Amino acid sequence: MRIRKNIAVSDEGYLFNPTTGDSFSTNGTGAMIISMLKQDKSLIEITDAICEAYDADRILVERDVEDFTSLLKDNSVLD
Amino acid sequence: MKKKLVIAVTALNAIDSPGPGVAVVRAIRESTDFEARIIGLSYEALEPGLYMHDLIDKTYQIPYPSGGTDSLLARLEYIHEEESLDLIIPNFDAELFNFIKLRDKLMAKGIRTFLPELKQFESRDKIKLVEFGKKNGFYVPKDRIIHEFRELKQIEEELEYPVVVKGKFYDAVVANSFEQVEKAFLKILAKWGLPIILQEFIKGTEINIAALGDGEGNSISIIPMRKLYITDKGKAWAGITIEDDRLVELAQKFIKSTNWRGGCELEVMLTDDGKPFIMEVNPRFPAWIYLTAAAGQNQPASLVKMAMGETVEPFTSYETGKIFIRYAWDLITDINEFQKISGNGEL
Repeated sequence: MRIRKNIAVSDEGYLFNPTTGDSFSTNGTGAMIISMLKQDKSLIEITDAICEAYDADRILVERDVEDFTSLLKDNSVLD
Repeated sequence: MKKKLVIAVTALNAIDSPGPGVAVVRAIRESTDFEARIIGLSYEALEPGLYMHDLIDKTYQIPYPSGGTDSLLARLEYIHEEESLDLIIPNFDAELFNFIKLRDKLMAKGIRTFLPELKQFESRDKIKLVEFGKKNGFYVPKDRIIHEFRELKQIEEELEYPVVVKGKFYDAVVANSFEQVEKAFLKILAKWGLPIILQEFIKGTEINIAALGDGEGNSISIIPMRKLYITDKGKAWAGITIEDDRLVELAQKFIKSTNWRGGCELEVMLTDDGKPFIMEVNPRFPAWIYLTAAAGQNQPASLVKMAMGETVEPFTSYETGKIFIRYAWDLITDINEFQKISGNGEL
C-alpha cells in the first residue's frame, strides 16, 4: 500500500492529487498516517505507532486506520 | 532593441461568459521576447476590454460577422492604414469563418494570422462531431442534429433523458423532459438559430484542455484544466491545472489528426471508468487561457512567435496545481470615452 508517486503532501497533511485536481486536508493523526505511508510503513507498524502515541484501544485504532486508508484508496491517493 | 509588433485582438467582452481577448492580451503583454502595441477590435461599445488602457492601446469597432467578409475587409484595411498591423488574433467562434476566408487577402497586405485551414475548422464543427470522432477514433457523445422544430416533435418518443440541447455556436442546456427540451430549443433557436444539437448526456468530471498546434501536426503546448467552480452557463469560474497523460495524449492525437494550426480548446468529460469523451472542440483560445502562461506555457505569446515566422519548440513541462479564480470588477470610465467608441467607432 503506497501513496501514489505524484501526490503532493505538505508537512501539515494537506494532499493534492495532480491527476484529478482533488485536494484534501486531514487532522494531525491523518498527517501522521500519511507520513508513515510515505515511509512505506505497514498497517501494523502504523497501528503500533498510533497506539503508542495516543495510548488508545488497539482494536479501535486498527479499524480507524483501515477506514482511513480505504478512504485514501477511494480517492486515488493510494495505489 | 526589440521590434514592437502591432497585434489586433478580438473578443474583449468580459461578462459572465467572457470572451478570451483580455486574457490573450494579458498573456501577450507578459512575454519578454517581444514588445507589442495592442489594437482591440470590438463589436459593442460596452466590451470592458476597450476601457482597459493599460492592456489595450487603441480600439476600433468592426462589423458583426453577419455582415460578411467584404465589410470586414474594408474596415480592416482602414485600421491597417492607421496602425500597420502585423497580426490579428480573432477569438470568437462566430467570426472565425470570415477571418479564415480573408487570410490570404490579409497576408497580401502584410497582416498575418495563425488560424486553422477551413477544412480543419469545419471538421470539428459541433454538427459534425460524431463523424469526426468516428473518423479519428475519439470517444464522442451520440447526437441528433435538428434543422426544424417539426423534426423535434417527430423524435419525441426516441429521446432518452437527460439530454443536452446545444446551440450551433454557444449555449447548452441539460433537459430532463420533453417540455424542457422544447423550452431550451426555442430559447437557443431565438439566440443562435438553426441547427440545434441534441447531445447524449455523459456523466463524469469536466476537463478543458487548451492546446496550440503548429499546423504541421505538432503540439506546441497542451494544458489540461479541471473545472473547480462552474457557472449556471457551464463555464469555469475557477479551475486548476492537472497532470493526466490520457488527456495530453488525447490533445496530441487531435492536433496530429487535424494538423491543427493555432489555439483550440477541447471540452472533455472524463467518465468514472476513465474514458475521455470529447464534448466539443472550440477553434480558438478559451477565456481561461492566461492560466497557460501562469503554468509556464504561454500559449498566446507562442502563437505570436509562430505567426511571425519563428520556430517554437514544443513545451515539455508545466506546473500542476495552478489555480485561476475569475472575479468581477466594476471598471469606471467616463461618458466621453463611451461616446468616442459608440460615436466614432474608435477609442
